[in-house]
Amino acid sequence: MIVKNKPGLFQRFYLLEALKGLRITIAKVFQKKVTIQYPEERREYSDRFRGMHYIKSVNGVENCTACMLCPTVCPAECIHIEAGEREDKEKYPVKFEIDALRCCFCGMCEEACPKDAIKLSNIYEMSQTTREAYDKEFLMEQRGHK
Amino acid sequence: MDTLLSVLSANAELVITAVKAVLVAVALLQVVPLMVWLERRGSAVMQKRLGPNRIGPLGLFQGIADGIKAVFKEDNPPAHVFKFYYRLAPVVALIPAYMTFAVIPFASSITIGGITISFQVADLNVGFLYIFSVASLGVYGIIMAGWSSNNKYSLLGSLRSSAQMISYELSLGLSVVGLLMIFSSVRLGDIVRQQGEVLMQLGPVAIPKWGFFVQPVGFLIFLVSAYAETNRLPFDLPEGESEIVAGYHLEYGSMHFALFMMAEYINMTVAAALTVTLFFGGWQMIPGLPALHQFLVGHFSLVGLAADGLRVLFEFGSFALKTAFFLWLYVWVRWTLPRFRYDQLMDLGWRVMLPLALVNIFVTGVLIYYKVV
Repeated sequence: MIVKNKPGLFQRFYLLEALKGLRITIAKVFQKKVTIQYPEERREYSDRFRGMHYIKSVNGVENCTACMLCPTVCPAECIHIEAGEREDKEKYPVKFEIDALRCCFCGMCEEACPKDAIKLSNIYEMSQTTREAYDKEFLMEQRGHK
Repeated sequence: MDTLLSVLSANAELVITAVKAVLVAVALLQVVPLMVWLERRGSAVMQKRLGPNRIGPLGLFQGIADGIKAVFKEDNPPAHVFKFYYRLAPVVALIPAYMTFAVIPFASSITIGGITISFQVADLNVGFLYIFSVASLGVYGIIMAGWSSNNKYSLLGSLRSSAQMISYELSLGLSVVGLLMIFSSVRLGDIVRQQGEVLMQLGPVAIPKWGFFVQPVGFLIFLVSAYAETNRLPFDLPEGESEIVAGYHLEYGSMHFALFMMAEYINMTVAAALTVTLFFGGWQMIPGLPALHQFLVGHFSLVGLAADGLRVLFEFGSFALKTAFFLWLYVWVRWTLPRFRYDQLMDLGWRVMLPLALVNIFVTGVLIYYKVV
C-alpha cells in the first residue's frame, strides 16, 4: 500500500512541527529510564537461559558415565572426554573439558545426556584470565543451580 | 607593598579590566566541561538512558576525567600532515571563540569607592559587530585544519563548514539589523539597558521591550543562523560518518582535538549569551526577581553596597539562567530535528533565511517610519 503523506501548507512551514517535536523529546526526559546499571543491577533471565555448563553431581560423585553422547551430538565439537574405569568397574570420565570459546550454547548436550549429568546454568559471565579450557574440576562446582 | 598598592590604585581602571578579563576567561573555561556533561546527560535522558553518572555527584566530574585523559593521550600527528599549520589550527579556532565574549555584559554596573565597575570586559562602540567579525575568524582555524591534514575527507569537511558559516553569516548579520534600527545602537550595554523599558501594559502584566517581542522574526532567523554558525544539529554538515567521517578534525587526536571541541562549545556559549543579550533582555532580571529583590532589600533594610551587590547578583543570576536555557535548547533541538541534506541547508540559507531577513528589515523600517515601534 502506498501511503501518500502530502504535507499541507501549514506543515511545510515546519516551525510548528518542530515545536511539536520538541514537546515529544522533553516528555522523554521525564519517562522511566531503561538503563540497567550492570555491576549493581542485573538483567533478569528466564530459567531456560543457556549459560555456562556444569556437571551435576550426587554426593560429590558426578552423574556422568562417559557415554560419549554429548561430544557426538555437539555441533561445535567443543566437549573432550577421556573415559576411565573406577574400582567398582563403573565407567567415569577421567578428563572432561569444554572449550567454551568454541561452544555455541545450543544445549544439545543437555538434551542428549541420558544421565542428566551435563547441564547449562544461568551463569553468563565467563571471562577468565587464562586461556585454559574449562576442566572437570571447574565444571563439577555446583554453584547452587537447578 | 605600599608602593604596589599605590601603583594599583593609580591604575585602577587597568587593574579592574584585567581582573574582569581573567575572571571571564576562567568562567568560560568552566562552561566547557559543564556543557559536555549537559550534552551527554541531556542526550541520554532524551533517549531514556542515564548517561555518565559515575564520576562525582550526578557524574558532574566527567568533564574533568575527559580533560585529564585528553591531556595524557599520546600526541602523534600523522606523517603526511603539514606540521606547522596542523598544530596552529586548533589555537586559531579557539582564540576567536574566547575573544567574542569580551563585549557581552553579564550584569549592570556597581559603584565601589567612587569607581564605577561595569560588568563587561570591554564596552566597545562597535558592539555586536565586533562579535560577528571576530567569530568569522574562527573559519580560518577550520580551513587550516582541513588543509593541513592533507586528507581529502578533512578538506571536504572544512570546505563544507566554511561554506555553511559564510552563507549563514549573511542572514545572521541581517537578522539583527532590525534590532539595530529599533534600539539605534550597536553597543550591547545600551541595547540591554533599553530592553528594561516597558513595551506595553497588558492588565497587570508588563511586557518588557525585549528584542524577542519587538523582533520575533529577527529572533527566529538569528536562532537558526546561530545554530548553523556553530555547526550544531540540525546543521552539523561538517561531520558525516558515512561521507566524510569526522570532517575537519579527522586527523586530530589528544588535546588538539579537545581544543576543537572547546572552541565549539565556547562558540555555542557565546551564541547563547548573544541571543539572550540581544533578544531576551541580557542581564535584565527575569519576571518575579525584581519583586523578590525589592522584598529582600526592604526586609533586611539593605543600603548602599549591600543592596547594589544583591542587585548585581540577581542580574548575573538572570543572565546565567537565560543563557543556560539556550544552551539546553541546543541539546534539546539536537535530539528533536533530523539533520538537513547539504543542498537543503544551502536552500534554506539563501532562499528562505536571506529574503526573510531582508523583508524583516523592510517591515521594521516601515513600522518605524509610521512610529508604531
